[in-house]
Amino acid sequence: MEPFERIVTDHGPVVLRVCRAVLGPDDAEDAWAETFLAAMRAYPDLPPGANVQAWLVTIAHRKAIDMLRANRRRALPVGDVPERPAETGRPDAWDGDLWNALRALPERQRAAVAYHYLAGLPYREIAAITGGTPDAARRAAADGIRKLRGTYPARPADQTGADR
Amino acid sequence: MTTTSGTPEERLLASLPAHDPAALDRLRARLAERAERSGLLDVAYRTVDTPVGSLLLAATERGLVRVAFAVQDHEAVLADLAERVSPRILAAPARLDAAGRQLDEYFAGRRTRFDLPLDLALAKGFRREVLAQLPRIAYGSTESYARVAAAAGSPRAVRAVGTACATNPLPLVIPCHRVVRSDGSAGGYAGGAAAKHHLLALEAAA
Repeated sequence: MEPFERIVTDHGPVVLRVCRAVLGPDDAEDAWAETFLAAMRAYPDLPPGANVQAWLVTIAHRKAIDMLRANRRRALPVGDVPERPAETGRPDAWDGDLWNALRALPERQRAAVAYHYLAGLPYREIAAITGGTPDAARRAAADGIRKLRGTYPARPADQTGADR
Repeated sequence: MTTTSGTPEERLLASLPAHDPAALDRLRARLAERAERSGLLDVAYRTVDTPVGSLLLAATERGLVRVAFAVQDHEAVLADLAERVSPRILAAPARLDAAGRQLDEYFAGRRTRFDLPLDLALAKGFRREVLAQLPRIAYGSTESYARVAAAAGSPRAVRAVGTACATNPLPLVIPCHRVVRSDGSAGGYAGGAAAKHHLLALEAAA
């Protein structure tokens, strides 16, 4: 069995990206820490040959659901939340426009987009994590991407590849 | 920087950074601290730079469990710890603060003995008995493999003493470098012959 440090090195960046896409800048780091702490607790019992990335995303999904629920319990009506400015001050920063677009998606679509397009999980694995069928997971991801395209149009530089 | 590589969906999500080293450093420190507080950090490790190269230091909750030279391959040593002690291993320097400080003092010639809790989980049987003999060899002096064998109660086990020294999980701290051949030559060392000479010269000069 590999040292857990290796698991953190190999999968920490992707899990952070997934947590950010699902939960946004305020809660992503808490979810990451909760995920890896729970994973470290369970790690010695992980069966040999298990898909470590899918296992971590499964744990992160449960943590994200807990946090979204907790947020809803103390939630303000959505209309009262001010538009969040980009924290880095750059117009292309993810925690500005992209997160605003992701946040507007239904949770199921946001999860399907993150788990498929960021973590690279097949729809069969995503269905096992989120419930429902692989086809439903595929539709959720496709619907999510379509909506993102509408609300978060790619910038000219994204199409030409020009550096900024 | 944006890029045209990847699928349209990947480009759409490209502003989410794939690598964010500053955030991950912060998160790893937080994980190490929480794992320690939750009693989940079975093995903490760090590396320190010394005159005999980079040393890996690893400790359980009981004490220092492993010191390893770069020539022993730190990745392989961590894999061995995962196998023989626990896979719940993190780079977590706080638990090794005292060990790192005492090694600094030792290499500066300001420390002649280590005062650290030790975990001898990686040494079994006769090898462990041999290691228990070594701290009595004073700083700056040496003893032959044959004498250590006699002191351990098995005068004919000279070769086994050599093996116990070669597999010492805590070199430097348990001073196997002070065990030399009967003809006065240094003999082998897990950290390499040059490292052994360096340590013997350091202690002779102090």
